[in-house]
Amino acid sequence: MSDGVIFALLFATYVVMLGNTAGGPTGKELFSLERAAGETALLLLSSTTFGFAAVALAAADRSRVLLWLVVTVALGLGFLYLEFGEFSGMIAQGAGPDRSGFLSGFFTLVGTHGLHVSIGVLWIFVMIGQVLIKGLTRPVASRLARLGLFWHFLDIIWVAIFSVVYLPGVL
Amino acid sequence: MDASGLPVERSITPYLIGLGLAVVLTAISFGLAATGALPRSTTLIVIAVAAVIQVLVHLRFFLHISFSTTPRENLIALAFAALLICIMLGGSFWIMFDLYHRMMA
Repeated sequence: MSDGVIFALLFATYVVMLGNTAGGPTGKELFSLERAAGETALLLLSSTTFGFAAVALAAADRSRVLLWLVVTVALGLGFLYLEFGEFSGMIAQGAGPDRSGFLSGFFTLVGTHGLHVSIGVLWIFVMIGQVLIKGLTRPVASRLARLGLFWHFLDIIWVAIFSVVYLPGVL
Repeated sequence: MDASGLPVERSITPYLIGLGLAVVLTAISFGLAATGALPRSTTLIVIAVAAVIQVLVHLRFFLHISFSTTPRENLIALAFAALLICIMLGGSFWIMFDLYHRMMA
């Protein structure tokens, strides 16, 4: 809930800053619809495969839990790879967060989401380790359920990001 | 519901339904943005509506929140977060755009 409030305010900041490009590049010149679609697909699929892991957890099927967690983490890493490529490409062409208010807002909002996904990926790795070492004990199952809340929440934030940042940006 | 107080889903069906609906809604938004088939303002409205529906789809099919099975206090907490977000978003936009308007006038 509190995380939702943080993102809501970062969205507000971004929208307020939208017009303040200081003569620098706008979203229309910077955003790639193909890359945003790729990021969207990876994150949506990873949310679904985490769901499959949760179903395997309910069935106490340890190897399937591990399989789906590994798939989820791979999709998460793919998302981060695309996003890092996008950020470094923008910074390389002089459109870093220091270029304009609009880009500061963009990097703060999308970067905070990327940071959350990075922490989520780390958390999934930790849980893979716990499932391997401790098995599906009750505390491990409870932690996995909480990790699931976090991971699905991040996909909801991403829906808002592509609907507020990327799609209106390229129009 | 298990000891952790979180809902337990035993079937993959809701996830597949959620995935299907999310793909359709995402495709509508990206398709309109890519082709520019509709006027800009109409496209923005369609994207906004699709986003709200998609968030509800995610809440329902991925986080299993529903009015019948989710405990009352969890729904109240969710509604309270939504209220806070509306106050802070609405307040920020009101103040900032009013300021912008006065500075440009």
